[in-house]
Amino acid sequence: MSNITGAIYNIRYLDELSQRDTSLNRVDPSVKLIVTFIFIITTVSFGKYELGGLLPMFIYPIACMSLGELSYKEILKRMLLALPFIIGIGIFNPFLDTIPVVLMEGVSLSGGWISFFSLLLKGILTVSSAIILIATTGIEDIAHSLRKLKVPKIFVILLLLTYRYISVLMEEAASIWTAYSLRAPGEKGIRMEIWGSLLGQLLLRTYDRGQRVYEAMVLRGFHGDFEMVHRRKINTKDITFLMVWLVFFLLFRIYDVPVLIEIFLQGVFQ
Amino acid sequence: MHMADALITPIVGGTLWAAATGTASYSINKLQNELDEKKIPLMGVIGAFVFASQMINFTIPATGSSGHIGGGMLLAILLGPYAGFLTMAAVLAIQALFFADGGLLALGCNIINMGFFTCFIAYPLIYKKIMGKGYTKKKLAIASVLSAVIGLQFGAFGVVLETILSGKTELPFLTFVSLMQPIHLAIGLVEGLITAAVVTFIWEARPEIITNSLEGKKFTGLNLKKVMTVMVIGAILLGGVVSWFASSNPDGLEWAIFNTTGQEEITGTSIVHEVMSSIQEKTAILPDYSFKKSETAVDSIAAGGTSFSGIFGGALTLALAVIMGSAINMFKRKKRTT
Repeated sequence: MSNITGAIYNIRYLDELSQRDTSLNRVDPSVKLIVTFIFIITTVSFGKYELGGLLPMFIYPIACMSLGELSYKEILKRMLLALPFIIGIGIFNPFLDTIPVVLMEGVSLSGGWISFFSLLLKGILTVSSAIILIATTGIEDIAHSLRKLKVPKIFVILLLLTYRYISVLMEEAASIWTAYSLRAPGEKGIRMEIWGSLLGQLLLRTYDRGQRVYEAMVLRGFHGDFEMVHRRKINTKDITFLMVWLVFFLLFRIYDVPVLIEIFLQGVFQ
Repeated sequence: MHMADALITPIVGGTLWAAATGTASYSINKLQNELDEKKIPLMGVIGAFVFASQMINFTIPATGSSGHIGGGMLLAILLGPYAGFLTMAAVLAIQALFFADGGLLALGCNIINMGFFTCFIAYPLIYKKIMGKGYTKKKLAIASVLSAVIGLQFGAFGVVLETILSGKTELPFLTFVSLMQPIHLAIGLVEGLITAAVVTFIWEARPEIITNSLEGKKFTGLNLKKVMTVMVIGAILLGGVVSWFASSNPDGLEWAIFNTTGQEEITGTSIVHEVMSSIQEKTAILPDYSFKKSETAVDSIAAGGTSFSGIFGGALTLALAVIMGSAINMFKRKKRTT
């Protein structure tokens, strides 16, 4: 099924991206995690009619894609997958909120469309920032910074183990699906009669694998803990990265930059 | 079903994050005291299993369409509520990071919607009650379907509440609820039937997998009161911290409070809020354009549509961003060639 193989490809692709050595990959993982969170919080804190004010926020993903040497096309592709739900909920706004808002002289748009577009922009901004984070950081580094941020060990180990086994189990699921579709051509999905046995067989194998994994880990010295090598220390470059973006986000949030630019230009041309 | 960042305000996202963190630390505490460490790799592998099985399509009889499984209830049944909740949280975190399925700020919402309601509401109150003392195939099937359906109803209601409290949809509450609940009744039924099929299959092949998570002395009775207390305290603490940040902008919760009580904040403003707004007033060069502007449409018309007057400026900002991006690229290329 293209769904599974697509997902396997996606994980590997992001994994490989995170292994490269670009300016953004080199920034400390914790710093990137914090900046991403502050970016998302700032973005969603904009009011529902503040469409113009959101635009400067695009500087962050665009700059990061350049710093991280990421392809716009690949990020865009992944972003589009996340938008339908946002559109589905936001699409009612234009019909329910019809109070017109004047855009410029002679042009007006209903408040609902403006809030819909601001929702869409927020969706694009927040989703792209999350993809940028994982594409330049990688799960091990994120796990490591989660430990630094005092997230309990059990959860971090769980996150890493789940991630590691996802590609293994997805390959297994993909081969089960292939076997099924070869024997049952033309079926869109698994038929009800074998829902239980098909998934159940995979689960039994998974369960045994879990035990084997545990025993193998114990033999290699696992005692409920992962030793994580402290890879790097935060340097001045990381602090600069953090401070520059914090100042930018604060400025963009407090001042409506597009309006300021217009006022400035009006002043210049008068 | 996965909440996106764009659909929530910082205050709603932060509050749910706090609730999720509270429940997670409660579960971790429980696990550390009562769990053999064997369960950690098992949790990881089963989490990966749920992840993989979400991608298998199941044909829904008599409809011609196909659906897939969410897995929250399956995790609770296989691993018990504490390990199930944590594993669901890990699965959701990976989905948010790698598949942009649900956002990072919305992760708390998603963990509560899909993990809490299944593991801490549906599991103890429905599944466990039906199972009672003994297992039969029939009881297992009924319990799986019922708890999956009800767990998902709670989850869908969570989505509605979070979106409405964030003020992101103009849909009236009742319309939104009557849209979401029936859809998720159908989805929950499919989820329940798949869960039941898998659970009964496992029960017949290896009954100890099902019974261990439930009867084993490792999992003593669930103290729902404690879970709720931890959640509520966490939510209040973080909600309080986030609210001074958000309160200069009457949206979300406050918007809801404003509409229902006619005043923006029920209690007086906090000191932090006052200090912040006085700093903001002093630093705002153009107070009219600052983000304190109320966000009702009527107001934005009164202000001459300030909120969107900067179309040209906005286009210019974007152009600047793109130019900056290409400048970085050019600079990098040059650096590489030299």
